[in-house]
Amino acid sequence: MTTDGQKRVLRLAGEPLLAAGPTPGFVRGTLYSVRDVWAHRELLGMLVRRELKARYKDSTLGFLWSLLRPLALLVVYYVAIGKFLGGQRSTPDFAIFIYTGLTAWNLFAEIVSVGTNSIIQNAGLVKKVYLPREVFPLSVVGSALFNFLIQLAILIVATFAVGDPPTGSRLLFGLLSLAVILVWGTALAFLLSAANVYLRDVAYLIEIVLMFMFWAVPVVYAWKQVAPHVTGTVQTLYLSNPMALAVLGFQRAFWVRGDGQPAPAHIGGDLLIILVIGTVFLWFAQRVFARLQSNFAQEL
Amino acid sequence: MTDTATVVSIKDVSKRFVIRKEKSLKERLVNFGRSNQHKDDFWALRDINLEIEAGSTIGLIGPNGSGKSTLLKLIGGIVQPTSGTVRRRGRLAALLELGTGFHPDLTGRENVFLNAAILGLTRKQTEEYFDAIVDFSGIEQFIDTQVKFYSSGMYVRLAFAVAVHVDPDLLLVDEVLAVGDEPFQRKCMDRIRNFQSDGRTIILVTHALEQVSELCDRAVVLEHGNIVADGEPRDSLRHLRADFEQTRISERERERSTGRPMVATSPRILAVRLTDAGGGPLDLLNSGSTVGIEIDVESDTEFPGGIIGISMQDSAGHMIYGTNSRMLGIGLPTFVGRRTFGFRINDFFLGAGQISVTAALAEASGVEVDRKVDAATFGVQTDGTTVGIVFAKPEFTIG
Repeated sequence: MTTDGQKRVLRLAGEPLLAAGPTPGFVRGTLYSVRDVWAHRELLGMLVRRELKARYKDSTLGFLWSLLRPLALLVVYYVAIGKFLGGQRSTPDFAIFIYTGLTAWNLFAEIVSVGTNSIIQNAGLVKKVYLPREVFPLSVVGSALFNFLIQLAILIVATFAVGDPPTGSRLLFGLLSLAVILVWGTALAFLLSAANVYLRDVAYLIEIVLMFMFWAVPVVYAWKQVAPHVTGTVQTLYLSNPMALAVLGFQRAFWVRGDGQPAPAHIGGDLLIILVIGTVFLWFAQRVFARLQSNFAQEL
Repeated sequence: MTDTATVVSIKDVSKRFVIRKEKSLKERLVNFGRSNQHKDDFWALRDINLEIEAGSTIGLIGPNGSGKSTLLKLIGGIVQPTSGTVRRRGRLAALLELGTGFHPDLTGRENVFLNAAILGLTRKQTEEYFDAIVDFSGIEQFIDTQVKFYSSGMYVRLAFAVAVHVDPDLLLVDEVLAVGDEPFQRKCMDRIRNFQSDGRTIILVTHALEQVSELCDRAVVLEHGNIVADGEPRDSLRHLRADFEQTRISERERERSTGRPMVATSPRILAVRLTDAGGGPLDLLNSGSTVGIEIDVESDTEFPGGIIGISMQDSAGHMIYGTNSRMLGIGLPTFVGRRTFGFRINDFFLGAGQISVTAALAEASGVEVDRKVDAATFGVQTDGTTVGIVFAKPEFTIG
């Protein structure tokens, strides 16, 4: 052995023996997981880029496709609900209203539905190399966020086009809503991706649940249209849905013409509360994920 | 090596797999009450204790399903033990399957960065090594092509190139050393040797036993989740080969008991003796002299002809010599009871070493009826002027 070799052995002798794999324990485990993911942040960035690059790699239009889908949806809802069903008459700036809701909803739906499959999609890696497995759902959050930013850019351009750009403190509602979507979406992606490894039905179930949820959130109808139908406890329930609050908050930020329209009281406070609950839920979801991930390699 | 450090410490590790037979919700609900019937426990590893020292190269060998790969995954932290602890120090890289993490739609360049990140290199380090990686892989002109257009050889070359440029203290290798064409394989082997002289620890899972005797300084034999041998590769390999032979025999027995009755019920090899030129017993051969091999065979019923043969292995298990009666153009006579057959090898110029002799008896169709592995051994001595498996008198001139 060369002297370099001996040096390596000496250096190793000075290092502590550590357990292979993640550290168990509730608080220490969380710290470990966060540090581990942080140490792999470059990889996380590359996984996000991989997702984005690979998705439209051989198509001529490339990224444009990620815009065309929500735009097509916008046209469908605008024509069907705005024109035919008369939503346009009671809701000012109906196109901006719908696109605002769709942008927020799409971010959440993409994180949850793609995130649910993220571990299974990366089964090859999970089975062969040790990585903090959190990077897979997180990379989905990253690529969904990228698509979101493109849609958001269009939304902002559109608000300028109609002459009502969002300004000042109302943008805080947008940030708060975004935080709520990210925290709840990530938590659900952790929980569901881990559950999906053990029970593949989860992915199919989630598609259906998301479809229901879409209509339980004021994206294509305005609050004033749903408010008379939900009263008392039902209304509390309706407004306990983080996504309902986030979409309302988002509309408060970007749908300037909607200012005079009826809206639930103290959206801001509710958003803050749901954000705090979501953060606790995210921590809980990560702990469940950490527990379940020790058997991922053999279940896949 | 006086100053050693333990790199991997495995204490009382067991790993149980629960094999469930159904997966979907419906099946689980339907079978809810009886779910235990649909569970199978399987102990992949039982009470494994192993200490691995820095700078050593260890081969994990054993038959299929013996738990080698599971043990490697435990060391890598990919699966967690059911009980016991696995601890390790230093930086780890796993070469578990080449090209894991390659994305077919990305170019070679993008995949190099991605794969290097998966193996733990930072972007800056990868940029530093990038030219060396591409150079090592030898596929410069395709580096900006999507890897889905690569041939399988190019694919593994690139993957291996990335893997060997990671700077690990501990390298886990699972069945991947034999990739690419021969020059590339030699390059890989050289690289592994460099790793060894750098004081890196290598844990190797393989079925290529020659690799173990060539590379490793320690070999651990696993069987049914237990360590059955641990030590010098030579001893461990011998142990494993003997077990393989045992398996072969018992499988043949089973085949015999269930399958068609054989023409001959029990021709068997009783003994193998080695003799020297004068007919006396042979222990130590002076290279270049004569080896005689006498094989006693017994058959209860009439054995209609057949083939008898011998082979010789060196201590690493390489076959170095073999012949049989058919190759010599001689058919065995039909016989009952005991017979002795003899081979005589004149002017046998072997290199110094320990040689073991295996004898085998087969039907005329070629179906083997009996085999005695390592039935006899002898040493070979030369005048000490050469190494290698053959001996020839060298001359040296200075011009």
